[in-house]
Amino acid sequence: MTTATAPAANKDAPKKEKKFRGVVTVNREHCKGCGFCVEFCPLECLDLEADYNAKGYHPPFLSQPEKCNGCDTCGLYCPDFAIYGYREKLDGSAA
Amino acid sequence: MSAAVRENPADKYLRKERMPSIWCPGCGIGTTVNCFTRALDASGYDLEKVAVVSGIGCTGRVAGYLKLDSFHTTHGRAIPFATGLKLARPDLKVVVYSGDGDLSAIGGNHLIHAARRNADLLVVCVNNLTYGMTGGQVTPTTPQPAIASTTPYGAFEQSFNLPHLVASCGGVYVARWTAYHVRQIAKSMGEALQKKGFRFIEIIAPCPTLYLRRNKLGEGLDEMKFYQEKSVVMNGADTREVSLDFRDEIPVGKFVDIERPTLEEAMESQLSKALGAKYVPYSLPVKA
Repeated sequence: MTTATAPAANKDAPKKEKKFRGVVTVNREHCKGCGFCVEFCPLECLDLEADYNAKGYHPPFLSQPEKCNGCDTCGLYCPDFAIYGYREKLDGSAA
Repeated sequence: MSAAVRENPADKYLRKERMPSIWCPGCGIGTTVNCFTRALDASGYDLEKVAVVSGIGCTGRVAGYLKLDSFHTTHGRAIPFATGLKLARPDLKVVVYSGDGDLSAIGGNHLIHAARRNADLLVVCVNNLTYGMTGGQVTPTTPQPAIASTTPYGAFEQSFNLPHLVASCGGVYVARWTAYHVRQIAKSMGEALQKKGFRFIEIIAPCPTLYLRRNKLGEGLDEMKFYQEKSVVMNGADTREVSLDFRDEIPVGKFVDIERPTLEEAMESQLSKALGAKYVPYSLPVKA
């Protein structure tokens, strides 16, 4: 059985190199600071800014970019269409 | 390396010049619209063939924000307008997007009769348990004993169990989700768009300004956490058992998924049986 040995061999191997990174784009002026994206980000990589936008709300930002995998859950939750995530391939080609 | 910044996937379905929306911070309606755009995106439908009809209210604004053929109708009458649209243009996918006050209170009769006749519509009912735009009055869906502006000592009437109401009247697809269940809403909407007949999706959404504040339940985010904690997925459950109680468990899931002839199919089969060769089926006028 070749498959049985495969996981053991992988254990010591270096961690698979990341093929893509997550990117989050925020439209600061449309944000109403409800915090849905920050609360429900599965990888907890968003936070609200200390700064205000023109309407006086705190928009979110990607506080831990290395953790983000671009799943776009923030984009689904946003009631104001102000945030969305996507994956960008690291080798430069279009994802 | 420097890939161009991508466009928001929801953008091509929205009238961007009308943004930001009138919805309060923490309101769940925008979240449901976001899920709807993803469902449309995944379905791959020709956007020229999708029409959205809304009534009046906070959720009634959806028709104004979606860059589709959309129709903002009179209060409670979204379903009759949509039924007419579907009968005249059978090639369109017609979606009714409205609130609980519009659909179940003022348009309650239209809701039950469209379900009975199995009009070929997808009805998305955003249920925030109150009348949002007019000032937080009690609706048929407000649970006992929630406080509304017209029931300052607590609501005392029994509330509607919308999935049961629609299922017992003959809806072919009945589901309920909360604004927390974004992936499930998108999937459910995608499934329902594919189906024929009267499809009904109820989405429980927070109303932070009127319902939550009056009942001292916190902000929209607190309510979303409450949904996360208290929702119980009961796919295929008997709709008699999915009523909503104040601050109690929220049964969610897809309750009904059946097949039965739609209004147009039933009409065609009956008329061709009765009239035989004399019956000329309705068809769209051919463009010269």
